[in-house]
Amino acid sequence: MFNTRIRVPESAAAGEAVEIRAMIMHPMDNGFTYSTQGTLIPVNIITDFTCRYLGEVVVQVRLEPGISANPIFTFSLRASESGPVEFEWIDQNGDVTTASAELAVT
Amino acid sequence: MRALAVLLLLAAPALAEEPVSGYDFLLPETQALQDDDFANPGLLWVDRGAAIWAAEGCADCHGAAEESMRGVGAHYPVWSEAHGRILTLDQQIDLCRTERLGLEPLPRGAEEMTALDAYVMHQSRGLPVAVALDHPELAAASARGEDYYRTPRGQLDLSCANCHVENAGRRLRGEVLSQGQANGFPIYRQLWQDIGSLDRMIRWCHESVRAAPPADDDPVWTDLELYLRARGNGLTVETPAVRR
Repeated sequence: MFNTRIRVPESAAAGEAVEIRAMIMHPMDNGFTYSTQGTLIPVNIITDFTCRYLGEVVVQVRLEPGISANPIFTFSLRASESGPVEFEWIDQNGDVTTASAELAVT
Repeated sequence: MRALAVLLLLAAPALAEEPVSGYDFLLPETQALQDDDFANPGLLWVDRGAAIWAAEGCADCHGAAEESMRGVGAHYPVWSEAHGRILTLDQQIDLCRTERLGLEPLPRGAEEMTALDAYVMHQSRGLPVAVALDHPELAAASARGEDYYRTPRGQLDLSCANCHVENAGRRLRGEVLSQGQANGFPIYRQLWQDIGSLDRMIRWCHESVRAAPPADDDPVWTDLELYLRARGNGLTVETPAVRR
């Protein structure tokens, strides 16, 4: 599990597009850099990011080594019903990090 | 006001004595990243520090850091009568952990320490840096720190002051030299894509002038930190600041 920061508005009007933000603390080592001791730092990246709203996938991203450290995703979501917004990050070793928040639709 | 200060610096480096935050030397995009209360990557470590604060039992004595630690970081380093020496914030945190919580001291440069430091300093964000040199030892240490700061060293034979006092506001190739103020530390540095303590930055500066940093247990580290923090008295605490 890595440290994450997510921002989901507490409430939204039905049909409103709300801004969702999600960030994860991760070095995203691209495999081309060297440590201060001169050894190559192997590739170490998050490979998948998924956001689900009401259990349905709304955003899915495959990450590559060119993406910088601590990747942040910002996107719009159209609110329809009250329910959970769930985030999932998977790293190259298959380790899963999750976070979720409730969105109340009025 | 800030833009004016930068203009003055560019026009007349002699006025560089007035402290100016590193923030004012940044591009607007980088300033925006620091000002964003969600996307500022340094906040990831502030969050981490909050988790450690809760897990290690800091709250048993100090309660909610939002109240008990408000303004505390802005005064460090301080003279400790009980310990008979100057304590930086990191050293104070380590003493709390070892003496009161019975934990093992953290190795130098440990990410946990930087996270705790960032969390505590973050509680002072927006307050002015107010390091008081109100003890003879503090004044003496600050003078030693300043002496180190102004002594040329390394293969390039440069002192800290050569860049950060005499040429602050001027360009070093593509970059604008800042005054090297410490009011935003620990910082999220874009070059590192990572958090960095003042310690890490000073090491990096040594490397840049091709000098060997002082030994880990050299008391000049504390002197230098004291001098650097006191030098920025009156600036606003920005932790976690974003820097290039």
